[in-house]
Amino acid sequence: MLKNRIIPCLDVKNGRVVKGINFVDLKDAGDPVEQAKIYSDGGADEICFLDITASNENRDTIYHVVEKTSKKCFVPLTVGGGVRSIDDINKLLNCGADKVSINTAAVQNPDLVEKSSKKFGSQCIVVAIDAKKVNDCWKVFTHGGRNETEIDALEFSKQMEICGAGELLVTSMDRDGTQIGYDIDLMKSISSKVNIPLIASGGVGNLDHLLDGIKLGNANAVLAASIFHYGKYSILDAKKYLDSKGIPVRI
Amino acid sequence: MNVTIVDYKSGNISSVINSFKEVAKDKVKIEVTSDINKIKSSDKVVLPGQGSFKSCVDGLNNINGLVDTLNEFAITNKKPLLGICVGLQMFADIGYEDTETKGLGWISGKVSKINNQNGKYKLPHIGWNQINIVNESKIFKDIENNSHMYFVHSYEFIPNDKNVISATTDYSSNIVCAVEKDNIFGTQFHPEKSDKIGLKIIDNFISL
Repeated sequence: MLKNRIIPCLDVKNGRVVKGINFVDLKDAGDPVEQAKIYSDGGADEICFLDITASNENRDTIYHVVEKTSKKCFVPLTVGGGVRSIDDINKLLNCGADKVSINTAAVQNPDLVEKSSKKFGSQCIVVAIDAKKVNDCWKVFTHGGRNETEIDALEFSKQMEICGAGELLVTSMDRDGTQIGYDIDLMKSISSKVNIPLIASGGVGNLDHLLDGIKLGNANAVLAASIFHYGKYSILDAKKYLDSKGIPVRI
Repeated sequence: MNVTIVDYKSGNISSVINSFKEVAKDKVKIEVTSDINKIKSSDKVVLPGQGSFKSCVDGLNNINGLVDTLNEFAITNKKPLLGICVGLQMFADIGYEDTETKGLGWISGKVSKINNQNGKYKLPHIGWNQINIVNESKIFKDIENNSHMYFVHSYEFIPNDKNVISATTDYSSNIVCAVEKDNIFGTQFHPEKSDKIGLKIIDNFISL
């Protein structure tokens, strides 16, 4: 039976791990290579790096981090943040990333998703969607959640599936950094709209939130940052808890 | 001894390279090349594969003499070869991804899309799934039945002769996820991404 995946996400800035509370107020939580190794040894099903300030700063640091990590971690590594072109994707894959997540560029240029999934295969193209509730529907936000668009998140999810995305990583901007749980309605709505796997993100504060994301939100994988980084729970704690609730996980 | 990873410019093979180098350490030389002379003189060959069946087959055909060299290596000289993911799928006679494409024809059978049962099963089949070992295989030495491996694919290899199947995995149906036919080995899952247990499979292949 296919297992639900637990994915710790490391926000990386200038080669160091940070985690923002609503994307500001950053704290330094260590070296990404060592942290990734700790997570993979601890049973993480995948590792995710998000280069949070990639659009404004020197990108080379992330390539070095990816290169070093991929020589130490033998679970899938997804890297996102500031991915704009086929060339960016190619460089990350060559450094050892297994998947690349595309956010703003997928909104501005859906053609990039289509071309890259054809060139590299859908299996390595993840489209990251930042969604926020505006009136009665979810709108897509870009640039790390700073810019609102008129695009409906559900419609966009379907469009990305058609363009060839292999997975969707959906973050609720309303919940990110709040620790009050995933936006279950958002996850459920997108999951029922598409036939590709969904990774839920944004808002995890405890293990019940992971359970809800899978059980109620129908996510195939759950992504979290803070609850793992600051030692509140280990990956194994999370898996044992989910297992005790009847959720299939790899232990 | 040297092991050659065939680099035919199709998909991302850095993880395959990293994992083989990690396992090989200094005892075995890992070459990454499309040079047919180097492939001919190597002891073992790894055929990775990412992207579509057609793009991989085209990738092989685009390198002059490569398919003949692989045929000679695996079929005539019967030297050990490991296909990973689409690398395994290309053993088939024919693949149906995008368009009908001829495979290497080493293990008779076809590659078709996984039946998603009207959307009940999401595709690609991504993540960790357990393998059910149905026939002993040399690459499964010290690998426990029901071990978890990392998968990412939407198409499955359906061999005509079921005796070549060494493991299956349960996703919509019993999907063939490992084959062994004489000196030819293949895994649908990614041992290079399947943590320590995946590295053990790579070690088993290197140690053959």
